[in-house]
Amino acid sequence: MIARFLLQDMDRRGAVFLALIAGLAILIPALNLLVPAGSPFHVPTSTMSLWGKYLCYALLAISLDLVWGYCGILSLGHGAFFALGGYAMGMYLMRQIGSRGTYGNPILPDFMVFLNWKELPWYWYGFDSFPFAMLMVLLAPGLLAFVFGWFAFRSRVTGVYLSIITQALTYALLLAFFRNDMGFGGNNGLTDFKDILGFNVQAQATRAALFSMTCVMLIAGFLIARGIVVSKLGKVVIAIRDAESRTRFLGYRVDRFKLFVFTVSACMAGVAGALYVPQVGIINPSEFAPANSIETVIWVAVGGRGTLVGAALGGVVVNYAKTIFTSGFMAPYWLFALGALFVFVTIFMPKGILGTAQDWWEKRRRPAPAKTPEPAPAE
Amino acid sequence: MNAPTPGQLTSSLLYLDGVSVSFDGFKAIRGLSLTIEPGEMRAIIGPNGAGKTTMMDIITGKTKPDVGTVMFGGSIDLTRLDEAAIANLGIGRKFQKPTVFDFHTIEDNILLALKAQRTVARTLFWKTAAAQQKRIDDILGIIKLGDARERLAGSLSHGQKQWLEIGMLLAQDPKLLLVDEPAAGMTDGETAETAVLLKEIARDHSVIVVEHDMGFIRELGVKVTVLHEGSVLAEGPLDQVSANERVVEVYLGR
Repeated sequence: MIARFLLQDMDRRGAVFLALIAGLAILIPALNLLVPAGSPFHVPTSTMSLWGKYLCYALLAISLDLVWGYCGILSLGHGAFFALGGYAMGMYLMRQIGSRGTYGNPILPDFMVFLNWKELPWYWYGFDSFPFAMLMVLLAPGLLAFVFGWFAFRSRVTGVYLSIITQALTYALLLAFFRNDMGFGGNNGLTDFKDILGFNVQAQATRAALFSMTCVMLIAGFLIARGIVVSKLGKVVIAIRDAESRTRFLGYRVDRFKLFVFTVSACMAGVAGALYVPQVGIINPSEFAPANSIETVIWVAVGGRGTLVGAALGGVVVNYAKTIFTSGFMAPYWLFALGALFVFVTIFMPKGILGTAQDWWEKRRRPAPAKTPEPAPAE
Repeated sequence: MNAPTPGQLTSSLLYLDGVSVSFDGFKAIRGLSLTIEPGEMRAIIGPNGAGKTTMMDIITGKTKPDVGTVMFGGSIDLTRLDEAAIANLGIGRKFQKPTVFDFHTIEDNILLALKAQRTVARTLFWKTAAAQQKRIDDILGIIKLGDARERLAGSLSHGQKQWLEIGMLLAQDPKLLLVDEPAAGMTDGETAETAVLLKEIARDHSVIVVEHDMGFIRELGVKVTVLHEGSVLAEGPLDQVSANERVVEVYLGR
């Protein structure tokens, strides 16, 4: 039944995406591990981890597209869910260090020893267990989204007001996680990781496994999001986006539907964050920065809002561009480029890369396309 | 018509008594009383600002009255319920401006309206049963959009959107339909067809029609309630109402 739910009405675009990611999951680690370093086909470990990072962003973008593209909830705080998932993974990785830290304390992470703490705070209990930590990767963002959404959606906070409070949410968490006495490593965050499930995080094979795992989770996230949007619930969610009060008068409890997709989306963002942390080797409060959440919105807009595949594409393309831009002589101009890109896409490609490409393709095949309604303006 | 059964306060399907509501001091509805019997079709007219839309908002739970009783089916207090709960009780609403889901196909618009459980879990794992598909097909036939089922609703003409919305009301299968200006912006031919459609619906549903178009109301041939400044000014057959001096003064006597 689950397979039927996930694979119902699979279209060609989705199938191509799945095949591509599945291919990457095998090909990239193979080119890294099996091809000798001198060969032109060899993929260096650093490149592999960099692309692993892009794919984490792709998953984050899909999670945002689920709420923004389909339900019209413009969350400007999705980075908070990503970071919370990342912190849950980071806490597990910190506990794995054991007595190998600078201070050699078998229980307390280095920063706690440094702060003269005598025992582990209660909220760090259990994070030495991988299954527990993975549960928290889902629960911490999921629960926050549920409680936040329960209040916001019941009170019918919508549009720009909702965007502002999601932004405030991530900013508040940024300030909180900066504080040393919160017990999450303050400004420096969590880093110097050693092992994951007993394997060295720095090792080439572990990196390859993490990359493959990211691909697997991206596929899973895409299938779940797609299963949701093509179901009748997905139609209700689109209906809410386009005519919220009409949907209510049809007898749908709009707040519950919003809460459902918002919570699922937050869990997905959490998983993306959890995969991101071991591949970049650090998680600190800057991940909560409002600018990160806004950038995520730009990825989705650039790739194509309300298409899932487009969002993932946007996540990869914009971040690839960012890597190129910020590493050369153009580095000081990256933010200008990003801003210009957003303006360009909003004005000339309102459907994003994927939507524009699709329109172009259809126009080529059928010279007189059926009239379609204009997309609703982004809130 | 028929005496209330025990537990019911009234035999009427819809019972409004002494309802008042004001917005920032402006009394939109003042002491409005109105009853609709099961199976009845009623036309409501009144000049702009008479409180017609506010009355619909109160019945459908969008606006809460300051004072007054609003009972449905003789025993359910509508003032305590929200929009979704009232819709699920069996009160459907068609808006003045046609509101359909532009980015859904015509068929999906009907599917979303189709009477069914509206919970998150049920909609997530929904499968359309054969009987439900047949109902959708029937409705598409009634509103003459069967051939256009795969088209996006946003691409329909104004009149077709009005019909699609009436089709969505049919799919909801409500006990009471509130229809706000169904003939607005329609050609004469479309208006006549809409009147036929509504009369057909009224055979097994109770209907309240708010309308400006006198010709349209004459075609419906039902009891008319005239609203003025938030309360009932006159009630009765159209000929009798249009002979009423006060009505002529405030509404008909341009």
